[in-house]
Amino acid sequence: MSEKITLTIDSQQVITEKGTKVVDAAKSAGIDISVFCYHPKLEPVGACRICLVEIGRTQRDRSTGELVLEADGTPQISFSGNLETACTVPVAEGMVIHTANEKVTKAREDILEFILTSHPLDCPVCDKGGECSLQEMTFEYGLGESRFPLDEKIHLGKHLPLGDMITLDQERCIQCGRCVRFQKEIAADPVLEFYHRGRKTDIVSYSNPPFDSYWSGNTTDLCPVGALTTRDFRFEARIWEMNASPSICSHCTVGCNITLNTRLDPKTGRSKIQRVMPRQNEWVNEIWICDKGRFAHNFTSSEERLTKPLARNPEGKLKPVTWQKAIKIASERLKSHPDGLVTLAGGRLANEDFYQLRTLTEGLSGKLILDSSLAGGDLTARVGLGQGSNIKDLGSGTAILVIACDLEEEAPLWWLRVRAAAERGATLIVANPRETKLEKSAEYILRYEYGEETQTVLDLLEKESEASRVFKEAENGIVLFGSEGMNFGSSQVLAQACANLLIKTNHVGKTNNGLMAVWPEVNTQGAWDMGFKPDENLPEALKGAETLIIAGADPVGDGIIPDLKGKFLLVQELFLTETAAQADLVLPVLAVTEKSGTFTSGERRVQLFEMALPASGECLADHEIAAKLGQALGIEMIQGSAEQVLEEIIKHQPGYASLSLAALGEVPEQQPFVAKEVLSYTGTVFRNTSGVGVQLPSAAENGKMPLEKFTLPQKGFGDGTLAVPVTRLYDQGIMVRTSEILSPRLIKNQLILNPIDAEKEGLSAGIRVEISLGERTYEAAVDIDQKVPVGVILIPRSMGIPLDGPENAVLKAVK
Amino acid sequence: MKIPELLKVNEIFRGLWITFRSMFEKPVTIQYPEEKRPPKPRFKGRHALKRYDNGLEKCIGCALCAAACPSDAIFVEPAENTDEERYSPGERYAATYEINLMRCIYCGFCADACPTEAIVLEHIYELAYLDRREAFFTKEKLLDPVPDSGRETPQAVEPGLFNRSIPEMKDPV
Repeated sequence: MSEKITLTIDSQQVITEKGTKVVDAAKSAGIDISVFCYHPKLEPVGACRICLVEIGRTQRDRSTGELVLEADGTPQISFSGNLETACTVPVAEGMVIHTANEKVTKAREDILEFILTSHPLDCPVCDKGGECSLQEMTFEYGLGESRFPLDEKIHLGKHLPLGDMITLDQERCIQCGRCVRFQKEIAADPVLEFYHRGRKTDIVSYSNPPFDSYWSGNTTDLCPVGALTTRDFRFEARIWEMNASPSICSHCTVGCNITLNTRLDPKTGRSKIQRVMPRQNEWVNEIWICDKGRFAHNFTSSEERLTKPLARNPEGKLKPVTWQKAIKIASERLKSHPDGLVTLAGGRLANEDFYQLRTLTEGLSGKLILDSSLAGGDLTARVGLGQGSNIKDLGSGTAILVIACDLEEEAPLWWLRVRAAAERGATLIVANPRETKLEKSAEYILRYEYGEETQTVLDLLEKESEASRVFKEAENGIVLFGSEGMNFGSSQVLAQACANLLIKTNHVGKTNNGLMAVWPEVNTQGAWDMGFKPDENLPEALKGAETLIIAGADPVGDGIIPDLKGKFLLVQELFLTETAAQADLVLPVLAVTEKSGTFTSGERRVQLFEMALPASGECLADHEIAAKLGQALGIEMIQGSAEQVLEEIIKHQPGYASLSLAALGEVPEQQPFVAKEVLSYTGTVFRNTSGVGVQLPSAAENGKMPLEKFTLPQKGFGDGTLAVPVTRLYDQGIMVRTSEILSPRLIKNQLILNPIDAEKEGLSAGIRVEISLGERTYEAAVDIDQKVPVGVILIPRSMGIPLDGPENAVLKAVK
Repeated sequence: MKIPELLKVNEIFRGLWITFRSMFEKPVTIQYPEEKRPPKPRFKGRHALKRYDNGLEKCIGCALCAAACPSDAIFVEPAENTDEERYSPGERYAATYEINLMRCIYCGFCADACPTEAIVLEHIYELAYLDRREAFFTKEKLLDPVPDSGRETPQAVEPGLFNRSIPEMKDPV
């Protein structure tokens, strides 16, 4: 424990840790000192001067070093006569601080008056109006009248696009620099900077495209005025008109806590998501979310959504039917053909959906398959991150190995937190065949060729190296593994190798230790826990099935299987995907925003999300459909709400026994303290009032874990050019594509090559090429990137070239 | 006993005298609806959305009227102006503006809250309707007609002419 310091703030005695800034010490005692430029997550700069306070210090005799005492025996306090910024001064023993005396109040009024001289006062049309720090402060301390003439206000640029997603209003900017510091310190994308001087000081972005960062939306939360606002929410609604519902972001495995702001849309007469805001959870996303989570929300209100059950009529066309009819068709088929049922589910379903689908499938002796090419869900349950872990707590003494993934593209918030841990002193080992952004913070970079990922982990364990020594000796050890350049089989071996590494180095079954999988979808971990597993040979398994229930997966669209003809196909989907178009029965389901339930994140934290919007059309939740089918087939299943299903899961699911609805809804005190009444301190992030979730214990916490043997796989590909699938954040999936604001940043139909290879083939950026993968050929444009290894073609997933793992490829320019 | 009874007869004649006198006075009743009485200057009737002399709408879609409304009778949906399609001189305008007159209590808080004096409670008091749906006053019904000096909205204007988020003008050019 660090040294404690006692000081007096506004005649209240405060005990705090050494090194704390005065403003934070006051906050811990419930005293709010106004701030604009200071933010508890950023380094202080003392730019705005609004936090001026009067500080008195104890005196020491120069010759003896003793405290100078007053006549009554108390230490003599001397005030310098100048005011000091509370955000930059660290506390000292015996300090006496006045935050609200006449001198301080006067100074604060003057600073506010001065800030307002160049502020346009267009609060009625400002998107920040209603949650603006400057507005709040002016109400609290403002004079009401200014001594500066209104006509002399300088006029600067309004509604300037600062990148594709953010709008800058130069007049409103008060030059606090929070956005600039966020981009430098937290996002490590230093694309913003100040330009010009004095009253013309301006925020500029010098990247191309402008404001090229996955974190740009967070600057609008931090902005204490309406200078930075999102294009997504521009003129959509006023702050006070919207409802707020706690939810979980469903775009990646991190499970960021978000708040959905909804309001009536007059065009449709239905409630619509107006904006997505971060919700504080210091164990998961702190107070940040990435731009995909913030801006890719339009899919829920998309016109393309399915709203009615569709059944294939005798002419072979899909036509709307009633739910009764649909359930009857499905149950009759399942009754008459009880064998050969396969249920394929994708990772976007909630735990309740998986549980009910499993009960239904088991009741019909069917087979459960998870649509994922990354293995290791059983291992993360055994040696996963220990209960109570928080990457935010990690620093020196911790070693983190990140292998076979591009963390910023696949799980952005983990990238942010792992990078921050490395900045605090944790040893970061990044192993990847190509350069990723995380490497900038890494201490050790292990470069291997595609296909050698497991060997790399084995080398860490068996061979002597600096990285290996550091990992073995570290107090805490975490391994994050992804699926870059691997198919299901090779990722299974890698997962086992990573687990063995952790077990042998004694990094399992403890807090802040264990294995994390960078899952492709939000609830892949939950699917594993509920008994769904990927199949090593998915196309064969699908071909062998007589009846298929497919929920939240699109094997045809993903290119896993060309068609699913000749079987009874029941699809539960949001959209009419390619798989759904071939189905005999399509059942419309609720989006995550329209139902409640739980997701299990990659850190094995179970988190609740609540319903934010009413159901679209006649949609039902996946678990409700399964229950209806079960009822029609006479299978004993719980018929009820998601909460009732969750209680059933807690009762029957090993590993989930430590959960309870009450525990999921608990909110411990979090630092920094977020309150809507004091916006200036943390920005517009929402306070968490509906639970931070519960991290499940790993099996290793209850006993020793045996090492599992495995055999190294043979390289499945020969020499020559290798096509490798990679994940990009802004993919072309329907969840992202429906968001207009992200469209300029989406991946294009491009193959990414090294300049050396491109030169050899005589290709340059933009040229269209034909790529042959075995017998399949596709066409795409060429993009050139220095970071791609020689002899490798990167193929972003979801752009129409299906690839299970690395494959040999031949390129040919299109004439 | 006799004196009070005598007094009553007297009262009857006094009353009849008033009746008789008013037969020669000008009547207070008027022939509504042919004839209409002008309301008092501060009378608060149905709302109207005002325009500037050039035809641009004063309303900037800030929805402060909706926020001030104690009976939640106003719904505003803003949208952004462009120089090709300009409705108001500010950055935004009201794409949807609806008042539910069944809810309205004519308190005038909306007019007090309005930063551009766009919404005014006029002297319009003939508000009877036959269908409940007619009680929803949309923007088309509320907007004043375009003055002779102005053009219909949306207007195409010169770029850069209107660059303030809230207009500073009383009556712009």
